[in-house]
Amino acid sequence: MSGYFGDVAALARKDLLLELRSRDTVPAMLLFVVAALVVFHFALPTDASARATDGLLWIGIVFTALLGLTRAFVAEREGGVMDGLVLATFDRSAIWLGKTLSVLAFLGLAEVVALPAYALFFRPIGWELVVAVVLADIGIAVVGTLLSAMAVVSRARELLLPLLFLPLGIPVIVGGVGATVADEPGRYLAFLALYDLVFAILSWASFEYVVAE
Amino acid sequence: MSSGDRYVFAAYTVVLVTVLVYLLIIALKVSRLDRELGELARRARERRAQEEQDEREQATVG
Amino acid sequence: MRNSRPALFALATLVLLGGGIALALFWVPDDADQGFSQRIFYIHVPIALTAYACFGWGAWKALRLLWLRDERYDLESYTAVHIGLIFGVLTLVTGSIWARTSWGVWWTWSSRQLVMFLVLFLFYAAYFMLRYSVEPGRRRANISAVYALFGVVLVPISFLAIRLSSDLIHPVVLKKSGPDMAGSMFLVFCICLAGMLSLAATMYNVELTGKRLDGHLRELREALA
Repeated sequence: MSGYFGDVAALARKDLLLELRSRDTVPAMLLFVVAALVVFHFALPTDASARATDGLLWIGIVFTALLGLTRAFVAEREGGVMDGLVLATFDRSAIWLGKTLSVLAFLGLAEVVALPAYALFFRPIGWELVVAVVLADIGIAVVGTLLSAMAVVSRARELLLPLLFLPLGIPVIVGGVGATVADEPGRYLAFLALYDLVFAILSWASFEYVVAE
Repeated sequence: MSSGDRYVFAAYTVVLVTVLVYLLIIALKVSRLDRELGELARRARERRAQEEQDEREQATVG
Repeated sequence: MRNSRPALFALATLVLLGGGIALALFWVPDDADQGFSQRIFYIHVPIALTAYACFGWGAWKALRLLWLRDERYDLESYTAVHIGLIFGVLTLVTGSIWARTSWGVWWTWSSRQLVMFLVLFLFYAAYFMLRYSVEPGRRRANISAVYALFGVVLVPISFLAIRLSSDLIHPVVLKKSGPDMAGSMFLVFCICLAGMLSLAATMYNVELTGKRLDGHLRELREALA
């Protein structure tokens, strides 16, 4: 299969297969998010409102995502494959798109565990939360993949990615929490969609500069 | 001066002090650049003097 | 002629900012609601707008760097972001002082501008962490440029986010001095704004020249070693 989307699919499939074989990242993310939810229970005072747990869920989602994103390009970096990928003839933005899709898949798997766990431990979840999580995951993956590529060439690596990501993650948190607790979630979901669109375009267009030598 | 006035002058002072500190940092940098440039000029002068001396020696020997 | 640019900007700053501050402190009438302490507005808002302008200028230089693949723009973009961060911190400090005079607290999440600049501070402080953490060269220039572009896109998105979040958490929005100002107040505001922008331009030129001198000196040292 040739062509741009063929390359993207091949790259995404490579990442997913690699994860299937090594099982490095996803199990850790699953365990982390459940552990975080447990910690949240102990962290909240007894008279905390139900809304507070919703807010904490979103923090859990973001930090679990950071855990996974930190590892996004590590395999390429350590294997020395990054230069080879970049020198290959296809469009570098395909690398970004393929990686984003695989990151999205990992995040999705984490949410499949996180959301039912949240419903079990704290309170039932509605459709708005699920839609918000999907949109937020897209935004996180889109921005996080690019930032992860930046962080992986730095000396600080794992320390740098959260610093780079959190300011950009604030709108995602606002959209997510808003959609979960507000009476009219529509505005917040629309905002998340806007975030996704804007940053997807920006990341897609600028990725080649991040990996260029 | 009421406390409200005091805060106004505090705000303006903060801005002034920031600019002055910036000026100080630039002044330090400029003097460092001056020193280094002087050092490099001295080195260039020495090298030129050395080259002229080498040429003169060659001429006398040859 | 190019070398006299810092001097020209410095002169403009002296006239505009010096004059503007004098007018703001002594000539302009007191605000009807807030009294004398409203005068912080004449430096706080120009500083905030100048910070935005610096970040925008840095992003413009970043775009030129990526578009023209000319590493020369890296220094200019970096300097602009640096100046922007200084003005951003000043915005937070003067804003905090104003919050103290208006509402009695040093910080409030209800002030959208304060929150916005806090987010921007976090973002651009991370810019410097990024730069210190990557080896100098073309790649660092590219990465910094992309990040600077993300910054300007973040501004409107954050603005929306903060507005949406304030509806969630604080239904009551506290307002600062409104848009209906007396003519004289608006004039002084404009003069102060022009003054702050020239101050930023002066600082930018001076700092850029300093950095370029550093670079040239390093080249010379290597050539003469």
